[in-house]
Amino acid sequence: MTKISVRVWRLVLAAFCALVALWLVAPSLIVIPLSLTDKPSFAFPPTGWSTRWYGNFFDDPSWTGALLSSVKVGLLVALVATAAGTATAVALTRSKFRGQQAVRGLVLAPMIVPVIVVAVGLYALFLKAQLLGTTFGFVVAHSVLALPFVVIPVTASLQGFDRRLENAAAICGANRWSTFRQVTLPLVAPGVVSGALFAFVTSFDEVVMALFIQSPYLQTLPVKMYSSVTRDTDPTIAAAATLILAFTTVATLTATVYIARRNRVR
Amino acid sequence: MSADLSAHGASITLKGLTKRYGDATAVDAIDLEARPGEFLTLLGPSGSGKTTTLNMIAGFVDVTEGELLIDDKPVHSLPPYKRNIGMVFQHYALFPHMSVADNVAYPLHQRKVAKAERQRLVAEALKTVGLAHLGHRRPAQLSGGQQQRVALARAMVYSPRVLLMDEPLGALDKKLRDTLQLEIKRIHAELGTTFVYVTHDQDEALVLSDRIAVFNDGRIEQIGTATDLYERPSTVFVAQFLGESSLFHGEAISSGGGYGVHSPGGTLRAQRGNASSGEPAALVVRPERIRLVPTDGAEPTADNAVRGRVRQEIYLGNSRKLAIDLPDGSQVLVRESAGDISASRPGDDVWLTFRAEHAAVLSTGPSTTAPTTNLGVH
Repeated sequence: MTKISVRVWRLVLAAFCALVALWLVAPSLIVIPLSLTDKPSFAFPPTGWSTRWYGNFFDDPSWTGALLSSVKVGLLVALVATAAGTATAVALTRSKFRGQQAVRGLVLAPMIVPVIVVAVGLYALFLKAQLLGTTFGFVVAHSVLALPFVVIPVTASLQGFDRRLENAAAICGANRWSTFRQVTLPLVAPGVVSGALFAFVTSFDEVVMALFIQSPYLQTLPVKMYSSVTRDTDPTIAAAATLILAFTTVATLTATVYIARRNRVR
Repeated sequence: MSADLSAHGASITLKGLTKRYGDATAVDAIDLEARPGEFLTLLGPSGSGKTTTLNMIAGFVDVTEGELLIDDKPVHSLPPYKRNIGMVFQHYALFPHMSVADNVAYPLHQRKVAKAERQRLVAEALKTVGLAHLGHRRPAQLSGGQQQRVALARAMVYSPRVLLMDEPLGALDKKLRDTLQLEIKRIHAELGTTFVYVTHDQDEALVLSDRIAVFNDGRIEQIGTATDLYERPSTVFVAQFLGESSLFHGEAISSGGGYGVHSPGGTLRAQRGNASSGEPAALVVRPERIRLVPTDGAEPTADNAVRGRVRQEIYLGNSRKLAIDLPDGSQVLVRESAGDISASRPGDDVWLTFRAEHAAVLSTGPSTTAPTTNLGVH
């Protein structure tokens, strides 16, 4: 091929990629202008601009309360699922035992089993245990959903980890816990960090299960948005969506930059 | 703990040490003793059990049977981190997320050595391996040779009484290997620590070791000094694995206090041997001990003379190597040093002559499976 035709093809490829990116991102980005409209409607494009819906969001305790609940549940889920998921990943990569494949399947099942099915079962269970509308209940339910999102990246990190380093640490005098804490964990940190992030996001935007186990006293942001869109229909929901978008984007970018830096050091 | 930090070597004793994986026996009831301060090399081809043996001493591999003693104390139930052993791995195994100085300080951290003392010991260890100026770097910023020096510093910084090395120079190029060999030898002399060194490289074993244990198929074929093994190999395997050997196969006979073998080329005699009369055996002689004599004169009057024909000549600069075909179809090697080169050319018929004191008759019974002679250039 000549130089010129190579350039043309590059341009075509770039245009195509831009189109795909737009396709993927554009629907999410529409909420940004929608949240800045001056009219109490979802007319697009907006005819005037204002930040009143953001004001509305932060003035209404039911919105801020929902945001706080979501952040609180999300952080707790990230903590619980990351600890449990990392331990699970270590067990699954390091030991060989009967039924290992079954355990792996069970851990990953929440990704495959329809959430609505789990939600119905959980509702019956929580009703009996009186866990509906409790932070504890939310954390337990979301941690189950988030577990596979931790197990997968941590397993991948562990598989790329050179186990001879653990032997080296052991012969240097480090017991198994010190070895894990000082050698293994720092080196699989990128996997653990992305697992924690996925766990947080999984909980933060989970709506199906949350609808079942919510109560008027504990609603997460997606639940509040859902009831808002079915009842009030005003652009406050667009403001909420924009805030979530900004929040998750910043979190993801931070994690990506962190992991990229880590990898460069190695 | 402070008593353990003294810098003299410990003894290591293996008694009937065995490792089985299912039906496969990796290490088969070996007996071995490393004396305090000794440099002991475990030499053998891959899969011969030498690395498994080292890993049992380190504690990475469980002992199936037998005893493992360090300073006459059984250690087989101690985890690696309680054995107080230093180890250098083939692929360095440095912690990539720590600086060089932190890597070297790691064992001291585990031993709760105070900071000032720690810094002093790290600086000292890095100085010993010639890397005093690179403490702040990350391992990835160093060359392979430098990384292995760091690994060495990390292994010796707490003055362990035993230092294990698992093919530490295996990943380095020839020139670097030669330099590091000398450094390892120097460090061994300075520390007085007992070194157990695993390698498949016979030259490395000869340069470094006080004694060498030759492994084959999970067993130890022979233990001895480099001279013992080279001059007086006790099995055909050792004769062929350590240096080159010429073999004359036949049936063992005993002849007037000495040993001998009935070979197709005639009866050959040796001063030493271990084959009993009547069993299949090989007379083993080092290629440089064989002299070539032209066939145009009378039959030579040496202890042993065998006819053969020169097939190939390999020029090596300081010597030349000749492959000789024997009448029975087998082939032997002859090495002639520069300045002592005979007139024989490929195609010539020659007498191969050698003295009985340079030969040994070794059993080739069904138990010893000898590899084929390596005709290539070493």
